[in-house]
Amino acid sequence: MPAVSKGDGMRGLAVFISDIRNCKSKEAEIKRINKELANIRSKFKGDKALDGYSKKKYVCKLLFIFLLGHDIDFGHMEAVNLLSSNKYTEKQIGYLFISVLVNSNSELIRLINNAIKNDLSSRNPTFMCLALHCIANVGSREMAEAFAGEIPRILVAGDTMDSVKQSAALCLLRLYKASPDLVLMGEWTSRVVHLLNDQHMGVVTAAISLITCLSSKNPDEFKTCVSLAVSRLSRIVSSASTDLQDYTYYFVPAPWLSCKLLRLLQCYPPPEDGAVKGRLVECLETILNKAQEPPKSKKVQHSNAKNAILFEAISLIIHYDSEPNLLVRACNQLGQFLQHRETNLRYLALESMCTLASSEFSHEAVKTHIETVINALKTERDVSVRQRAADLLYAMCDRSNAKQIVAEMLSYLETADYSIREEMVLKVAILAEKYAVDYSWYVDTILNLIRIAGDYVSEEVWYRVIQIVINRDDVQGYAAKTVFEALQAPACHENMVKVGGYILGEFGNLIAGDPRSSPLVQFNLLHSKFHLCSVPTRALLLSAYIKFINLFPETKATIQEVLRSDSQIRNSDVELQQRAVEYLKLSSIASTDVLATVLEEMPPFPERESSILAKLKKKKGPGAVSVELEDGKERGELNGGGDRGGDASTPSPSADLLGLRSTAPVSGTTPSAGSLLVDVFSEAGPSATSAGVNDDGFLSSAPPTVASEDPAPPLPESDELLNKFVCKNNGVLFENQLLQIGIKSEYRQNLGRMYLFYGNKTSVQFVSFNTTVSCPGELQSHILQLEPLVEGGAQVQQVINIECLTDFIDAPLLNIKFRYGGALQNISLKLPVTINKFFQPTEMAAADFFQRWKQLSQPQQEAQKIFKASHGMDTEVLKAKLLGLGTALLENVDPNPENYVCAGVIQTKAQQVGCLLRLEPNAQAQVHTHKCILLDSRLIMCHQCKSILNSC
Amino acid sequence: MIGGLFIYNHKGEVLISRVYRDDIGRNAVDAFRVNVIHARQQVRSPVTNIARTSFFHVKRSNIWLAAVTKQNVNAAMVFEFLYKMCDVMASYFGKISEENIKNNFVLIYELLDEILDFGYPQNSETGSLKTFITQQGIKGQTKEEQSQITSQVTGQIGWRREGIKYRRNELFLDVLESVNLLMSPQGQVLSAHVSGRVVMKSYLSGMPECKFGMNDKIIIDKAGKGGVTNEAGKSTSGKQSIAIDDCTFNQCVRLSKFDSERSISFIPPDGEYELMRYRTTKDIILPFRVIPLVREVGRTKLEVKVVIKSNFKPSLLAQKIEVRIPTPLNTSGVQVICMKGKAKYKASENAIVWKIKRMAGMKESQISAEIELLPTNDKKKWARPPISMNFEVPFAPSGLKVRYLKVFESKLNYSDHDVIKWVRYIGRSGIYETRC
Repeated sequence: MPAVSKGDGMRGLAVFISDIRNCKSKEAEIKRINKELANIRSKFKGDKALDGYSKKKYVCKLLFIFLLGHDIDFGHMEAVNLLSSNKYTEKQIGYLFISVLVNSNSELIRLINNAIKNDLSSRNPTFMCLALHCIANVGSREMAEAFAGEIPRILVAGDTMDSVKQSAALCLLRLYKASPDLVLMGEWTSRVVHLLNDQHMGVVTAAISLITCLSSKNPDEFKTCVSLAVSRLSRIVSSASTDLQDYTYYFVPAPWLSCKLLRLLQCYPPPEDGAVKGRLVECLETILNKAQEPPKSKKVQHSNAKNAILFEAISLIIHYDSEPNLLVRACNQLGQFLQHRETNLRYLALESMCTLASSEFSHEAVKTHIETVINALKTERDVSVRQRAADLLYAMCDRSNAKQIVAEMLSYLETADYSIREEMVLKVAILAEKYAVDYSWYVDTILNLIRIAGDYVSEEVWYRVIQIVINRDDVQGYAAKTVFEALQAPACHENMVKVGGYILGEFGNLIAGDPRSSPLVQFNLLHSKFHLCSVPTRALLLSAYIKFINLFPETKATIQEVLRSDSQIRNSDVELQQRAVEYLKLSSIASTDVLATVLEEMPPFPERESSILAKLKKKKGPGAVSVELEDGKERGELNGGGDRGGDASTPSPSADLLGLRSTAPVSGTTPSAGSLLVDVFSEAGPSATSAGVNDDGFLSSAPPTVASEDPAPPLPESDELLNKFVCKNNGVLFENQLLQIGIKSEYRQNLGRMYLFYGNKTSVQFVSFNTTVSCPGELQSHILQLEPLVEGGAQVQQVINIECLTDFIDAPLLNIKFRYGGALQNISLKLPVTINKFFQPTEMAAADFFQRWKQLSQPQQEAQKIFKASHGMDTEVLKAKLLGLGTALLENVDPNPENYVCAGVIQTKAQQVGCLLRLEPNAQAQVHTHKCILLDSRLIMCHQCKSILNSC
Repeated sequence: MIGGLFIYNHKGEVLISRVYRDDIGRNAVDAFRVNVIHARQQVRSPVTNIARTSFFHVKRSNIWLAAVTKQNVNAAMVFEFLYKMCDVMASYFGKISEENIKNNFVLIYELLDEILDFGYPQNSETGSLKTFITQQGIKGQTKEEQSQITSQVTGQIGWRREGIKYRRNELFLDVLESVNLLMSPQGQVLSAHVSGRVVMKSYLSGMPECKFGMNDKIIIDKAGKGGVTNEAGKSTSGKQSIAIDDCTFNQCVRLSKFDSERSISFIPPDGEYELMRYRTTKDIILPFRVIPLVREVGRTKLEVKVVIKSNFKPSLLAQKIEVRIPTPLNTSGVQVICMKGKAKYKASENAIVWKIKRMAGMKESQISAEIELLPTNDKKKWARPPISMNFEVPFAPSGLKVRYLKVFESKLNYSDHDVIKWVRYIGRSGIYETRC
């Protein structure tokens, strides 16, 4: 309620409100309201005219009742009548009622709009302001439709009062935010920008909010505002505190306006005009200088206003990122704040420093504050400030100070707040890996990490340790020794047992020489932890035991005894029971050679980006600016270039993908090893796992998030992807955080049909989803277009028909573009169409085969390749592969039963090409000789076949 | 089974908290307070499920009784228990109010210990409870008395102790019925049922054996059978017998006897108790007929005329008659004219309330009202809630009659004739509504 003078006070209203407040129960309140409503209805009945005062009073009561949560379905007319009153209080109540209770009722809206129009065209500034406020408060589309044309005129008209201009600017801002399509600034743009030059500071303050909003949408149109803003800023900054009489707030001249100006400038790149730039730099320097001056007042408002400007200035400096001098000064200034009494200031300083740390100019300057930050991490009382301090430490870390920072973070971890522990763990793990100079330090750090905060160490972290240990020969012995020592502790975290089990299982032999860590001691140590662990860990330990049998034959009896015990072989858990049974059998049946092959040391993992990084990103989510910048920086470094890692705001799909991939290898032996166990006996154990890795690697690829409309270059791995599909027709073609693409294809003669299944893995719909296929000339494709929308969680199917005209080398490219949450995603993939897909199997007799084989012996007609049997020499597997190739496998043709021969015809529209294949395994050397003979002398085909053979 | 029982005041403060099972934690108390008592919109269901825990509540004035359980219990049993609990408390300290509960909290815990064991309801008969849970504090009980209590509580007739003696053997029988009706504007009965209770107050010496008889159709048919078919039996007994849809008995009634012979025989508890409860839906005597006439005159006026007719013997008098005629939400003024009684527009309840003190049978009376309406911009039509009515009549609308109540006491020397018996019928309105 506005302050009402005594003569104007509404006693009835006051009595009613106090009655309501005195009600004991809800029922009593409802009764009182019903009574009052009946009374108002009888007054509004219309048989006698009400004076303005009572109308206002009853409308006020209705408003109060409405605000209590009851429905009001009358009185609108009376409120509209109040609008045409000449008394301020009555008009004001009328507008209040309208803005609270308006609904899109056609006849009333017309009346209201009329009343508003009248007030807008009246010369009375108070009434104009009331009308503008009402428009802004309602802010509906209808209002925007009715007045969006009118208000800019009022805003820029020369004769409008300043107070009205302010209201008009803010009202327009509201309408623009509600329905931007209706507010067209076109012709007014330049005049609105010139409001920055207005005499009245209030008008400038109001206008700048509008301009900031407008220019963030279409920066080009408002480009001219930069120079005006700079000159305005410099006038304010250079003025003495007494110059701007009314707009000086605790000795700070126009702090709000300055902040808004600085924020506006953050919408634009640094000004190109040298003079303007110079002036701006001067301003920024002045602001930094002022921060150094002793405060003019001890009041907190003074320092708040001053610091607000300073922080905006600093974020502008960071935004420009081009003035090393300013950046360093900003950094020093923030450094002072790091030890300020005020907690908020320390928080802000840490936050800004995080972004400063990512700038190449100020990184060194930030690093000088390391001691202070570490101190903050330890002594700060507020957890959110400690969190910022940890972020900053992470951001300022580089090779020179990594050891110190990691050590500090580790020691802090012991006392850290639970809410940030997991994140801290990830950060430590990443830093340790990224800046590891020697890997023994890395192993030490991570094991320490697991020891200190085992519960918070996610799977990714210890997967990563194992990956690194396996890939680095030099660290394996040390790792084995360290985990062995770590396991000596009476209480070990389960993650430690996992790492220990895995590493000792692989590299226990490296420390077996020492009598203190003899095989049996190692085994007993591991087994002492066995019963305290959960099922997945026990499963892992069982795998480690079987590896022990391979590494140390002398432990065989002990381990078999353990496996044979009822608690293993009759375990209620199927997984454990299966492992126990199978490992027991394996160890007792297989010869040492077989054991050695099956339980061979794990092959190195393919090098790739850390999955922990992905985890950290996921944890923080997109949104935290500082973290994004950090991410951007990291990506830049990882890519080896100095560029700042492109568009960091899109949720990076590559991150998750990597997560997927790197978890896969370890899971081969740990959680979901059911499938592996089957594989162990069908194929060679370790190589099967590595095949699994590759398969997974194939599923997940890392598309660069290029936000351009051009088709993205095909994924680097796509050639590899292609090879995987040489022998199979169905599977998952692509998968990332957002999208999964499955493929199902069938071929007949020279025609192929492909079904692509696009699955939206998010809960948000993809818009403007568009796919195109670009084919080399030798192929013809027809694609059925899809709806541009893919709902969250939905799967859509697309059919592509392909016709092979003649032989070809390059696979067709599939380009997928869509928008996910505004960000354009652009993915290019090679479709798995290879020449062998058009193979028709041909049966022929032995004589026939060799006759043709011998006929075709010109060098350009044949391709031969000798390669190592990467997938083992198993007959069935090879047979399956050769059949998958599309050829007919000819039995009893070759005189040597070890050899495989195949025949097929490649069908294209232009021609048919016969093709003969022979595979000669050489068991001693583990080598295949593969020879391919073609009935056509096209070299191109030879190349193609070679590449196909490569992939087999 | 009941996991715990809480009693709250209207603010949601816990007055009594008794937990019987470990699966109910302390936070259950708060969960109910937050989700039901403090819920802004009134929770109307008496059963609320919060986090896999069920809360059954009843409200007495501004006291909330809530039974909590995590198991799938028989909800009807829980409510029966809660009502019984209310009865027990009322018989110990009168009205259930915050004040009384606070003053008697020791007693209430004592009672809860006795009538609920590990969540299973136990003997909750007030008469027998009063023999060993008293408000007088601990009395020095002799061994004899103690063993007597034990044998009584654990014995076959837990509800009556031996050795009761009265100079005058007296017996009061009340048939209390509430009649519910929903009628269409044209006078068609849409639904009607009577729920009745037979409440007894007995002051009898010794361990008397009682037999209660009423005009239950099945019994009448059985008695009057004698070779006559069922069809004929109905015609002979005519209106005299009633069809009872379902009934429940006090624990003292021998159910086996009821099942086999459909006779109600029992050894009564001492004092007041509810002998049986029943429900009928056929051949209900509707004491009043409401004839509404609503006419909308334009958008701003409504004319209402309501006639009520009493439909029972002219010699009987109905009392406390109240007719409630709802008015539209945009009523701006009401004029009422009525021949009999007083009528008034109550704006706070959005209704015209017409009260008549008493009215004899076979009479009629009418009211007419003019309601002025305020035009609103809501196009919502008035929902026309039904006209409801309250009254009290001195007969049983179901037609139930008490035929006999015989008392046999073999050990003491008084016979059926010596017992003074009183019978009273009261018919009240339940939800008695007529659509308009």
